[in-house]
Amino acid sequence: MGCNKKALVALIGSVFMVGTTQVLAEPTATMMANTCAGCHGTAGQSVGPASPNLAGMSASYFNDSMKGFIEGTRPATIMNRIAKGYSEEQIESMGEYFASLPVYKADVPHDAAMAKAGAEVYDQGCAKCHDENGALPDDDAGILAGQWLLYLQYSMEDFQSGHREMPKKMKKQVEKLDEAEIQSALNFFASQK
Amino acid sequence: MANFTRRKFLKVAGGAAAISTIGFPAIVGAASKKVVIVGGGVGGATTAKYIRMADPSIDVTLIEPNTEYYTCFMSNEVLSGHRTMDSIKVTYDGLRGHGVNVVHDTVTDIDAAGKKVMTAGGKSFEYDRCVVSPGISFEDNIEGYDAAAMEKMPHAWKAGEQTVLLRKQLEAMDDGGVVAIAAPPNPFRCPPGPYERACQIAMYLQAKKPASKVLILDAKDKFSKQGLFTQAFERHYAGMIEWIPAEKGGKVTRVDAASNTLYVGDTAHKVAVANVIPAQKAAAIASKAGLTDDKGWCPIDGRTFESTMQKGVHVIGDASIAGPLPKSGYAANSEGKVCAAAVVDLLNGREPGDPSLVNTCYSVVGPNDAISVAMVYDLKEGKLDKVEGSGGLTPKDSSPEMRAREVNYAYSWFDNIKKDSWG
Repeated sequence: MGCNKKALVALIGSVFMVGTTQVLAEPTATMMANTCAGCHGTAGQSVGPASPNLAGMSASYFNDSMKGFIEGTRPATIMNRIAKGYSEEQIESMGEYFASLPVYKADVPHDAAMAKAGAEVYDQGCAKCHDENGALPDDDAGILAGQWLLYLQYSMEDFQSGHREMPKKMKKQVEKLDEAEIQSALNFFASQK
Repeated sequence: MANFTRRKFLKVAGGAAAISTIGFPAIVGAASKKVVIVGGGVGGATTAKYIRMADPSIDVTLIEPNTEYYTCFMSNEVLSGHRTMDSIKVTYDGLRGHGVNVVHDTVTDIDAAGKKVMTAGGKSFEYDRCVVSPGISFEDNIEGYDAAAMEKMPHAWKAGEQTVLLRKQLEAMDDGGVVAIAAPPNPFRCPPGPYERACQIAMYLQAKKPASKVLILDAKDKFSKQGLFTQAFERHYAGMIEWIPAEKGGKVTRVDAASNTLYVGDTAHKVAVANVIPAQKAAAIASKAGLTDDKGWCPIDGRTFESTMQKGVHVIGDASIAGPLPKSGYAANSEGKVCAAAVVDLLNGREPGDPSLVNTCYSVVGPNDAISVAMVYDLKEGKLDKVEGSGGLTPKDSSPEMRAREVNYAYSWFDNIKKDSWG
C-alpha cells in the first residue's frame, strides 16, 4: 500500500476518533444513489420518456453534470435544486457508483428512417468524440446510446440556444448541420441497442 | 500522505468503523431473517424489493388485501380524462419476480411482543422485523360524512373505485354547475393534491363544460406550492377556480349527502359534484398495533424508521411522522429504501448507516404545464432534516418551455417510480 508512518499515525488517530464519536458519519454511495431511482430508474436504468439513464456513465461526466447543475451552467428544471443537497465528496462517490454499473441502453421508441439517416451524420460529425455509437463511458461525453429521445432533444435545444456551453469541436460540427440532420443523429443515438 | 489518497483513507477508516460495531449489543445473534411487510403501497413495495435486492437470503412476506393497486399519484389526471385507470394500476408480479412472498389478505393485528402478524384469513406470520406501510384512514371531522355519504360525495383520496366514481360524476354533470373540493387540514396525504385536482378538473370543465366552476373549500389558510398554484389558476382558469381559506369560511363542518350540500357552519353550498376529503390519520391497523401517538400518527426513529413505540416494528410512508418529509409517494419510496437498508443491516448484525432521502413532487396544472417541489434530507443529531441549500420550488418566473419539460419529467417520474417500487 506504500503507506508511510505519518499516514499510519493519522489513520490510527482517525480510527480512535471514529470509534468514540459518531461511528458512521456519511450515507453510503448506494444509499444516496438509490434516491435517484424514483426518476432515473432502479440502478440508473430509466424507463423514460425524458429522464436519462445514469447506469454506466463515467464518474467524470457525472461529476461535471452535478457541478454544472449546482453552478447553474447547465440548464435544469429540478436537478439544480437536488444537486445542491450533496457535498463534492458525496457527488464523487455517487459518480463512482453509477460508473461501476454496466452501460444501460434502453429500448427507446424512435423514427427508424431518421435513425438510418442519422448514422451518416454520426460518422461524419459525432463519432470522433462519442465513441462506439455513443456507448463508451471512457470518452467522458455521456452515454448517448440507448438514451431517451426527449432527453437528447432537450440537451440539444440547450446547446443550440446557448444555455449550455458546447465544447468547441462540437459547436463546429453542430453548426454544419440542419435541423433534420440533428434530429436524425439524435434518433440514431436513441436507436442503439 | 504519499500513495495514500483520501478515498482509500476513508475506505480504511470505514472498514475499521465496521469492525468496531461488531459488539453492538442489541443486534448480536440475529440468526433468523424473516421480514413481514404490512401494506403493498409504494412504501411497502419498495421496502420489499430493496430488501431482496440487498440480501436475497432474507425471507420477505408482503401482505396486501388488493391483487391490483391503483396509485394515488397521477390519479388526478384520470379525473380530467387525460389518463386511464389502467395507467395507474400496478400488480404484484414484479415483486414476486424478486422472490417476495406476496399474500393477499388483510392484517388484523400485530403482536410486537410475540413478533407475529395476524390476518383476517386466520393466518399468523412470524417475523424478526416487521415493516408497516398502511397508508391513511379518515377522521370523523365532518358531520354526516359516513360510508354511505362517501358513495355520493367521493373523497377519491384512495385511488380506485372512488376515482372512477368522481370521474363519472364530472362526466354526468350539466354545464354551469359547481364542483366543490373540500380540502383537509394538515397533516394529510399529498399536500399539493387538492390544488392539482382543482386544476385537472378545471381543465376538463374548460374543454367540455366551460360555464362550470371549481370551488375549493379549505380547512387551512395556506397550502403547498400556493404561489405557483395561484399563478396557474390565473394563467389557465381565470374566474373558474375559487379558493376559500378557513378564515374566510372555507372549513366544511357538515355535509348532507342527499342534497349534495356542504355546510360551513350555517352557510350552505349546494353543488353539482362534491369531492369531500376528510382529515386524516394513520390507517386503523397502526393504532390497533399500538404504533400511533395521541394525534393518530406513528412516531419513528429517523435512522431506521423503527417505531419508537413498538420494538422490531418499522413504520414508513404516510402513516409515519417523518417530517420534514411530506406525506408523498416519492417520500414513501425513499423511506422504504432507508428502512430496507436498516432492516438488512440489523438482521445481519451491523449497525444501520446514515440515511439519505429525497422528495420530488410534480403537479400537472395545465396543458404542457407542470410545477414541482424537491428536497434532499439527511439525519442531523438523530433527527431527519432538510439539507441546507438544497431543494425548493419551480421558480415563479420559470419559462413556458421549462414548465412543459416538467410535464415530461413528471411522466418520467411516474413511470420510473412505479417500476422502482413494484417492478
